[in-house]
Amino acid sequence: MTTASSVLGSAANSSSRVIQLALAALLGTFIVGFVGFSHMDAVHNAGHDYRHSMAFPCH
Amino acid sequence: MTLFRNVVFVAALAGLLSGILMTAMQSYATVPLILKAETFENAGGHDHGAPAEAAPAEAVAPDAHSHDAATPAHEHDEEGWAPADGFERFAYTALANIVTGIGFALILVAVSELAGGIANWRQGIFWGFAGFAVFTLAPGLGLPPELPAMPAADLATRQLWWIGTVAATAAGLGLIAFRGSLLFSLIGLGLIVVPHLIGAPQPDSHESPIPVDLHHQFVVAVTVTSLIFWVVLGAAAGIARSRISGTATSLRDSLA
Repeated sequence: MTTASSVLGSAANSSSRVIQLALAALLGTFIVGFVGFSHMDAVHNAGHDYRHSMAFPCH
Repeated sequence: MTLFRNVVFVAALAGLLSGILMTAMQSYATVPLILKAETFENAGGHDHGAPAEAAPAEAVAPDAHSHDAATPAHEHDEEGWAPADGFERFAYTALANIVTGIGFALILVAVSELAGGIANWRQGIFWGFAGFAVFTLAPGLGLPPELPAMPAADLATRQLWWIGTVAATAAGLGLIAFRGSLLFSLIGLGLIVVPHLIGAPQPDSHESPIPVDLHHQFVVAVTVTSLIFWVVLGAAAGIARSRISGTATSLRDSLA
């Protein structure tokens, strides 16, 4: 991790930085959770082959 | 929100690429096995009612599907909308792969940014291995990839165990990789092991209409395609990030 000094966009201070990263991670978790875990029939059926192929608990 | 926007941009690029690749790999490696398993599901009178009305012939050639009178009757009373076999079903699988590819990439890029960021594609590969260990390997030990018609414990309990295992494994790996002390490494190791001591919820009986070798083939296919997915996701994020942070730095310098 020697060359990791570059930054991905400016952030005013470190707490704003953490908040933005937490928001991004939360958005990702929400997306994966909705497609992979939703109990709604239509979402389950649309993502059926995907869920099996990613080994999400299904059915 | 420059940082947030850039994380989303890097994740979108990496997720799009790995999602498309994953769809191609699945069409070849996992989906044919799922269609084959559905023929056992329908033959066994299991009333789950898969989204596809897969008769044996269709499982061999899914595109040759037609909704004629010969299609056997199914119990669809409790099922909602499902995509039609063939292109529509494929399209939704592709969509799910790309959307969740971006979702997984958002998590990976955001977490790696806290640890200094993925500097290049080689570091990205190691982040990809970590993603594979957290999201495929650890939950897959207790809950191996299932085919339709296989017996399984209550869905909500399995989902809970899956989420708990993913969280504990991620935290454990993070402690080992970034704390640099023996004590934290031991705690991290403990976090990785504990979900397996608790044990994943198992069905009352593992008796299944699915042949063992078909299931084994599926487990291997899912694990290997997921490995490639994660490695490509990490590497692509590393490449996209170095491009973007390069321009971001110069932009900021020029404005300063």
